[in-house]
Amino acid sequence: MKHIISALVENKPGVLAHVAGMFAARAFNIDSLAVGRTEDPNLSRMTIVVVGDDRVVEQVRKQLEKIVPVVKVQDFAGQPVVARDLMLISISAPPEKRAEILSLIETFKGKVVDIGLKMIMVEVSGPEEKIEAFINVCKPYGIKSVARTGTIAMPRQTKET
Amino acid sequence: MKSKSPSSAAPADQATIKAGAQIVVDSLIEQGADTIFGYPGGVVLPLFDKLYDAPIRFIEPRHEQGGCHMADAYARASGKVGVMIATSGPGACNLVTGLATAMMDSIPIVAITGQVRTELIGNDAFQEADTTGITRPVTKYNCIVKDVKDLARTIKEAFYIASTGRPGPVLIDIPVDVTVAKCQTGGPVEMNLPGYKVRTKGHTRQISTAAQAINKSERPVLYVGGGIILANAGEELRALAEKAHLPVTMTLLGLGSFDQRKPESLDMLGMHGSAYANYAVQECDLLIAIGARFDDRVTGKVSTFAPHAKIIHIDIDPVSISKSVRVDIPVVGDAKAILGELVKEVEYRQRKEWFEKIAERKKKFPFCYDRDASTIKPQYVIDEICRQTENDAIVTTGVGQNQMWTAQFYRFIRPRQFISSGGLGTMGYGLPAAIGAQIAKPDATVIDIDGDHSFNMTMTELATAVEHNLPIKVCIMNNGYMGMVRQWQELFYNKRYSKSYLRNPDYAAVACAMGAVGITVDKKEDVPKAIKAMLAEKKPCVVDFRVEREENVWPMVPAGKSISEMDGLDILERLA
Repeated sequence: MKHIISALVENKPGVLAHVAGMFAARAFNIDSLAVGRTEDPNLSRMTIVVVGDDRVVEQVRKQLEKIVPVVKVQDFAGQPVVARDLMLISISAPPEKRAEILSLIETFKGKVVDIGLKMIMVEVSGPEEKIEAFINVCKPYGIKSVARTGTIAMPRQTKET
Repeated sequence: MKSKSPSSAAPADQATIKAGAQIVVDSLIEQGADTIFGYPGGVVLPLFDKLYDAPIRFIEPRHEQGGCHMADAYARASGKVGVMIATSGPGACNLVTGLATAMMDSIPIVAITGQVRTELIGNDAFQEADTTGITRPVTKYNCIVKDVKDLARTIKEAFYIASTGRPGPVLIDIPVDVTVAKCQTGGPVEMNLPGYKVRTKGHTRQISTAAQAINKSERPVLYVGGGIILANAGEELRALAEKAHLPVTMTLLGLGSFDQRKPESLDMLGMHGSAYANYAVQECDLLIAIGARFDDRVTGKVSTFAPHAKIIHIDIDPVSISKSVRVDIPVVGDAKAILGELVKEVEYRQRKEWFEKIAERKKKFPFCYDRDASTIKPQYVIDEICRQTENDAIVTTGVGQNQMWTAQFYRFIRPRQFISSGGLGTMGYGLPAAIGAQIAKPDATVIDIDGDHSFNMTMTELATAVEHNLPIKVCIMNNGYMGMVRQWQELFYNKRYSKSYLRNPDYAAVACAMGAVGITVDKKEDVPKAIKAMLAEKKPCVVDFRVEREENVWPMVPAGKSISEMDGLDILERLA
């Protein structure tokens, strides 16, 4: 099962290496890892997507908590969260296909951020499934390159489904 | 009343401006470090200059690895934090084995390493190594200090992190320019560790649940590890075992936490543990693990470990709980505090059948060896050392057969008496460890029971012992083999002794050349008087016992087998 783990860490050099090193040393698999600043300049947030059974993920959580500069760890499994990926994707787009591609982008609420003679670069964000779906529909046109941030997430405050 | 004239204020302000190196030395002293192990080098020269007239006992090993083991054993013997200083590059790299040893056994060390000048970092400068990168997996915490203003705080934090919670080694890397830079000092030094939390007091309801389980149990076993010793909880453990009437088995690192002369002692469990301990664990209905981590050398095949038992696990490290074995009643916190509470709630229960069964097995399968052999049995030597020292020596070991025989045949009676590399299994640990322990406990008899090949790895430290007039004793169980490797080759590789023996020097001659005393013993009847002479010796003394070459350690649980599937029980039964 996929777990989204959110770790608040001290914004210090070496912390990312420590976290990544722990995952490697303990043979845990990282699906994605996103790091960025938070509202507090002393803290960064790492959002880590891990695949494993509950026992493995429990160990991941505890091992993360054990790292001295890691301040707080949350496992979002089983609670309503907003989880988003951001992707930049370059698609082969000869003039005769362009209208078709633009309508796809429209459907996915993507944004054209660069346009060339033969390609279009698009920015898409959303839940991981949406990103995957967009990649799939673009495949027939030819994908030049993809860059993704990995998932970031935050728990929902509202409890309604 | 103080006058506030400008002329008197000026020198006072001057005095509070210090160089980084001075801040390091002052901070170490403030943290109670009266003894430091270390080796100088280029980038730590400013620091060593300040150490020149500091009120600190300084011990210089012959190799940084040895120094790190000394600091480690100093910590194990004294309960204080061991301090080790090394230079950048090779000095720091040589600490790795020592740090990993301490990390695996949760030993508090603060290591300080020099680093090249800040502006050279990343440039492949002379004697540069990415010390924090290299040592991150073998330390509880490490960091590089790039601003002299952070030094005092970082050192205070290092001691706090090393010695609290589950202890461990902490390394601080300091570029040379930071030790030369100056800054204002004198204000209060506040730690800033928002991510570091230590849980000491156990959960009250969990403790009560544990007590109820103990009170209900017909066949309980206490399984205790190094955590008891680290928490100074030996007295609480004794009180619990006596009040509730519980048998106690110990891990290798737990030895000494419970007096092995007591009838409740089941001695060591695991791969080379006692048959009576292993059977008791496999048959118990309640396993009370305290400060132990269900290491693979203890559990054997983990899916068959303690199959009938409900498991209580008391540990300060939440990570240890349910890591390899599912735990029914976890209690996170300090063993001393938790046992203090637990003992109030437990009741005495006779458990006649259970203790009878244990006593019967103790009689049937004791640790034993052929007492009538004409050769020197290594177990006999250890037995005799134990007898002559009246169970009272501090004993360090190498790794392998010598270590297992020591664990089996020296009967330990109090915490911090047995000092051995358990988790990492570092050959060469014994001699530097004896030096560290002797420095911590100058009046104790300190004996390194070593293997020949373990001794070979760090014997250069004999010079350190001679230099400081340390009356350490080294007893080499010299069988000319890497004994445990040979044993496995005999049992599992058809006696193909591939590369498991080396030509050894004449150890007595080596000892003499280094200024120590050397004795060679090759006759069984000379063993007692050689040990007597060794114990009377005031200089470092090396005794080379030419022991039976192909003796094996029994019992033995083959790797991957359940701990009740022990080999060698027939041998023990016959010799009993």
